[in-house]
Amino acid sequence: MMKGNRQTNSKGQLKHFLSIDGLKRDLLVEILNNAESFTSLARQGRSVKKVPLLRGKTITNLFFESSTRTRTTFELAAKRLSADVLNLNISTSATSKGESLLDTLHNLEAMHCDMFVVRHASSGAAHFIAKHCAPHISVINAGDGSHSHPTQAMLDMLTIRQHKGDFTPLRVAIVGDILHSRVARSQVLALNTLGVSEVRVIAPRTLLPFDARALGVHVYHDLIEGISDVDVVIMLRLQKERMSGALLPTEAEYFKLYGLTEEKLKHAKEDVIVMHPGPINRGVEMDSAVADGKHSVILEQVSNGIAVRMAIMSMCLGTHQDADMEDTV
Amino acid sequence: MTAQSPSISIINGRLIDPANSIDEVTDIHISQGKVLAIGEKPSGFEAEQMIDARDKVVCPGLVDLSARLREPGLEFKATIGSETRAAAKAGITTMICPPDTDPVIDTPAVMELIRSKAKQSAFARVLCTAAISKKLEGKELSEMAELAEAGCVGVSNAYKPLGNTLIERRALEYASTFGIKVFLKAEDRHLRNQGCVHEGIIASRLGLPGFPEAAETVAVARDIALAESTGATLHFQRISTAKSVRKINRARHDGILLSMDVAAHQLHLTEMDADGFNTACHVDPPLRTLRDREVLRQAVANGDIQAICSDHQPHEPDAKEHPFPDSEPGISALETLLPLTLKLVQEKVMSLPEALHRLTAGPADIAGLPYGRLDAASSADICIFDPEAHWILNEDNLLSQGKNSPFINWEFTGQVTHTLFEGRITYQLDEST
Amino acid sequence: MQEKAIVDLIDGMAAELKTRLQQNHITDPVMIGIHTGGVWVAKQLHQTLDISEELGTLNISFYRDDFSRIGLNPQVDPSNIPFEVENRHLILVDDVLQTGRTIRAAMNEIFDFGRPASIMLATLIEKDGRELPIVADVVGMKPTLKEGDYISLTGPSPLTLVFGKPSKDSEAQ
Repeated sequence: MMKGNRQTNSKGQLKHFLSIDGLKRDLLVEILNNAESFTSLARQGRSVKKVPLLRGKTITNLFFESSTRTRTTFELAAKRLSADVLNLNISTSATSKGESLLDTLHNLEAMHCDMFVVRHASSGAAHFIAKHCAPHISVINAGDGSHSHPTQAMLDMLTIRQHKGDFTPLRVAIVGDILHSRVARSQVLALNTLGVSEVRVIAPRTLLPFDARALGVHVYHDLIEGISDVDVVIMLRLQKERMSGALLPTEAEYFKLYGLTEEKLKHAKEDVIVMHPGPINRGVEMDSAVADGKHSVILEQVSNGIAVRMAIMSMCLGTHQDADMEDTV
Repeated sequence: MTAQSPSISIINGRLIDPANSIDEVTDIHISQGKVLAIGEKPSGFEAEQMIDARDKVVCPGLVDLSARLREPGLEFKATIGSETRAAAKAGITTMICPPDTDPVIDTPAVMELIRSKAKQSAFARVLCTAAISKKLEGKELSEMAELAEAGCVGVSNAYKPLGNTLIERRALEYASTFGIKVFLKAEDRHLRNQGCVHEGIIASRLGLPGFPEAAETVAVARDIALAESTGATLHFQRISTAKSVRKINRARHDGILLSMDVAAHQLHLTEMDADGFNTACHVDPPLRTLRDREVLRQAVANGDIQAICSDHQPHEPDAKEHPFPDSEPGISALETLLPLTLKLVQEKVMSLPEALHRLTAGPADIAGLPYGRLDAASSADICIFDPEAHWILNEDNLLSQGKNSPFINWEFTGQVTHTLFEGRITYQLDEST
Repeated sequence: MQEKAIVDLIDGMAAELKTRLQQNHITDPVMIGIHTGGVWVAKQLHQTLDISEELGTLNISFYRDDFSRIGLNPQVDPSNIPFEVENRHLILVDDVLQTGRTIRAAMNEIFDFGRPASIMLATLIEKDGRELPIVADVVGMKPTLKEGDYISLTGPSPLTLVFGKPSKDSEAQ
């Protein structure tokens, strides 16, 4: 467990949601259970989709790295909980012009926000903000560098549970750029915490971190071998800059070796589900037949994203304010 | 002169002068800022001041091969005044500062500025390595011959790798023409990329850009090959990996003139200490593995690494108050140089005289300086410490302007009680506190 | 109090509801029970009154006003309203009415589904201690209790009423 974990208070309740690292299985299950109850809201045929749980709370989306998709799901989640939402896109160039991250933070604190949803290009940024912000503020990590994207991982876990029920017998393969993927790091931690039987990562060595096995995964370089008999295949998004960084020769060769097709998918279990955090590069990570095929659960991931974020937001803001923070630093 | 440097006798202390293989309880007499005699008081000498060093160690003032004092240009981090005072408290009497000040030390004028500031403060000797290239840009050669004449101990690339191997070759050739020593930080900038922690388990887990071992070893191999072909004398600064040590040793065995130093923190911390995004442990080169640390310790013990430096880099608090990759690397390290080295003695890595050698004659010899030794008539730069005193480092007793130390709250055994620089007492521990 | 007695109470409530509905000329009411005890009572009322449309259930967790004090509890049974609320006559059923806060939360939630024509409130037990201006239209029983005494419905089968001293975490709502 990482040193300096500051996500839970002395009662074991979630205060910040920064990383899966250090969170116990019970808490992850509680998040999934809460998220499940929020998914029911969408099915209830309500004329008002909101619930008043976070009425009067102010949630600030603090995005130092632009991402319309992620910001939108957080915004929607906050609004469905009746919170007031402030969106701030802070380009890193603005902060490098002299205003430090801390200055920005203290300015926002003065506006009486209750929660920061943070996305930043540097690993550890969300931890940094959680460490330095006023004690009444909760911080949710919406992606920091290559470190962590825990809400994405939890929505993936919810999707898996909805299809597979029990985690323990599952074999899960994650395919693609593990090295740079904050999503993959969080997924691996979540899957292992929830007790799946095996996590595999499949990638060429240029896209794997140093000693990937130490993360608690089995490493494969061959797609077919790696997805044989798996219950879940998670495809990661491939960034274009991987080609210019000489990590890969071409998209075509990547697709040939690591792109998922119906044919290759036959090696997985018959009831395999295929996931992708989106947006998909069709013909790079997978072909359209798979993306739109019967194994694909990609659109469910999107709607689960809102429920999971609602769950995490309300858990963080509903914790006992008087409980002390656990701080192992 | 006598008013400023009185005659002093330091009596009853355990005198350790590694350069002269002295380790005995004896007295040392100082006059006119120089060592007058060791042992018997010379006839006719009357000390104006006596220091009783019973149960204390008396050794040459420490020589630090790499200490950034931040002046000129970065006075908001520290000044020559503030840092020479901290050096005196730490028993350091000679410091060599790298050329990456602002402006860069690439003209005698900047050297002169530093020298005059140091003279004003008069707490320690401040020397420098000059930039190997103009503005340290790695493109054009600096006026090395003139800089050497002005008194730099060598030329250095500081943190910035040279532009390419051709420029490096020419820089080494030119330096060797004039017998100038080249101090290099071995780094391949392409392999390093954005790396900020050792490319190991912490980088993998925290998703931090890794600084691979090869970024250093590839550069070491390249620099050795160029040293061999040009005949330049190279000193590798702040070596961090076991493999670099092995490569350098092998080359030295082949007769290439090489030396190396290590930063004291590399002998105590590992990559694991950066866990939790601990920016206090953001250093360059990064903290490596436990195995690297063990090999570095052995190399220091057996003398393959001849010097331990502080790699002092004081920062203003803001410098570390960023997400890990955006924080500035470095430790405010003058005041932990001796304590961390003594810890190696306490941990039985090496003997006390060997340890003190790496802080005195070892670095002085690398820099070609007549300090770090208590020869008769040498400058009376002396450090006296109580080897049994326990103390805890905290932000209040850290005298440096930079409070950025991962060793805050560490308990140390061994504390400087007096420092003499050119025969004057520049620091005396207030025993009442 | 044992099941038989409770069933009798609920039958009495059903009869009274029937009268009320007739008085108000309501012919096609729909019914919503509040989780958890209210649903048990509502199931029996729903059957006895022979309401054609399926019983709705409400889980008011997301509408509680003490969220910031006690936090979120996972909903095992989410709200399920299998009919249009808009312009319908609703019978809202709960087991115990005390502070009125649960009913306030339930009505807020109902209005997020649509605007009903009317709401009638039926509760098995009515206790003193109202904190909001809410009155039940139909009450099963109103036991005489000392202040702070505790009463709760356990179920679903058999339904029993438990009387006793207050437990530490008796429901605030």
